[in-house]
Amino acid sequence: MPTATKHTTEEIWKFLSEIPDPEIPVISITELGVLRKVDIESSKVIVTITPTYSGCPAMKTFEDDIKFKLQENNILDFEIKTIHSPAWTTDWITEDAREKLREFGIAPPIKGTADKGILFDSDKKSIPCPLCKSKNTRLKSQFGSTACKALYTCNDCLEPFDYFKCI
Amino acid sequence: MTKNEALVKYCLRLGDSSLILGQRMAEWCSNGPVLEEDIAMSNIGLDLFGQSRTMLTYAGEIEGKGRTENDFAFKRLEREFFNNLMSERPNGHFGDTVARNLFLSAYTYHLYKKLSSSSDSTIAAFATKSLKEVTYHLRHSAEWVVRLGDGTEESHSKTQQSVDDLWEYTADLFAMNEVDELLIKENVAIDLNEIKPLWDNTINEVLERATLTRPEDIFMQSGSLNGMHSEALGHLLTEMQFLPRAYPNAKW
Repeated sequence: MPTATKHTTEEIWKFLSEIPDPEIPVISITELGVLRKVDIESSKVIVTITPTYSGCPAMKTFEDDIKFKLQENNILDFEIKTIHSPAWTTDWITEDAREKLREFGIAPPIKGTADKGILFDSDKKSIPCPLCKSKNTRLKSQFGSTACKALYTCNDCLEPFDYFKCI
Repeated sequence: MTKNEALVKYCLRLGDSSLILGQRMAEWCSNGPVLEEDIAMSNIGLDLFGQSRTMLTYAGEIEGKGRTENDFAFKRLEREFFNNLMSERPNGHFGDTVARNLFLSAYTYHLYKKLSSSSDSTIAAFATKSLKEVTYHLRHSAEWVVRLGDGTEESHSKTQQSVDDLWEYTADLFAMNEVDELLIKENVAIDLNEIKPLWDNTINEVLERATLTRPEDIFMQSGSLNGMHSEALGHLLTEMQFLPRAYPNAKW
């Protein structure tokens, strides 16, 4: 009977890190901060994840991908837990991942979750265009192609782009 | 009433209000006035459904009768829903929708802020997470109410009418009964009398900026705590529940 004891938590963490975000395939679930913990309790592997946005439709895909990855590595005794606390924040997105987002054409979140909170502070800070690097951009909508993104337009190169908005 | 019975009802109130408003948002999908707003409404709906799932699942766990989030959403009748009356108000025109959403998002914004320190760890986690999302919902609806209220003569008068029409449903948001009484003692729930002045401030600030007049409290609707709803909820449920009722246990 296969057991998890063949793998250390570090090894499991490492191969789970190969799983890409289904909608932003250039970054992994660890870089995104969705994968929180890997524990081994007796022979059972417990993987803990947290959703980015409450209704993020990618969560089911994350779970399925983790399941396949574990099975691929002969780990059949496992449980995937979802936790809501501490609440996911864009600050958990690693530096490397921010650069990858930019190269992919998505402006990474500004650190410190500053673009929300007070009513009518009207987002004065500038989000640089990931395509031409211009800082002359404007917010078109706080809601973009996925729950985690806002829609911007560059005033210089005139291209629309996604901004990974802070929460 | 035991603490657990009260907790189930409280979670259903929170979960149902998100679910029903989420369904209203989903009704905008492909009907938005512009593409960006169509997407915004769907995204807000998605957040609300996510929030609702957490609460309905938790209600099922505490109840201990094996009911799932889907059972709660699709197998209950109108009188068994505890969403606030405001959340079931029909979308109407875009001004009606953003005015309703303003009243609700200002409410959940202040409520979830306080509930973040609830002694119930699941409710506290739910509130902390949801607060991040409803902050965007509040900003979205507030900006639109200002844009329309302080817009053209026509958009101003239409939005004033929306605010006037919806006003009678605002008192129901702050109604409390023995569920609240019991859970406030346990530091699980929040006394809504604490939320009211905060909500008033936010609403007054937005209405003032929008050059809209705050209506007088004349006749106020009530009833959601006892599952008494307006005629709008039944119509919403017939659409939302059609598929699971017509094809029980249907799977993808």
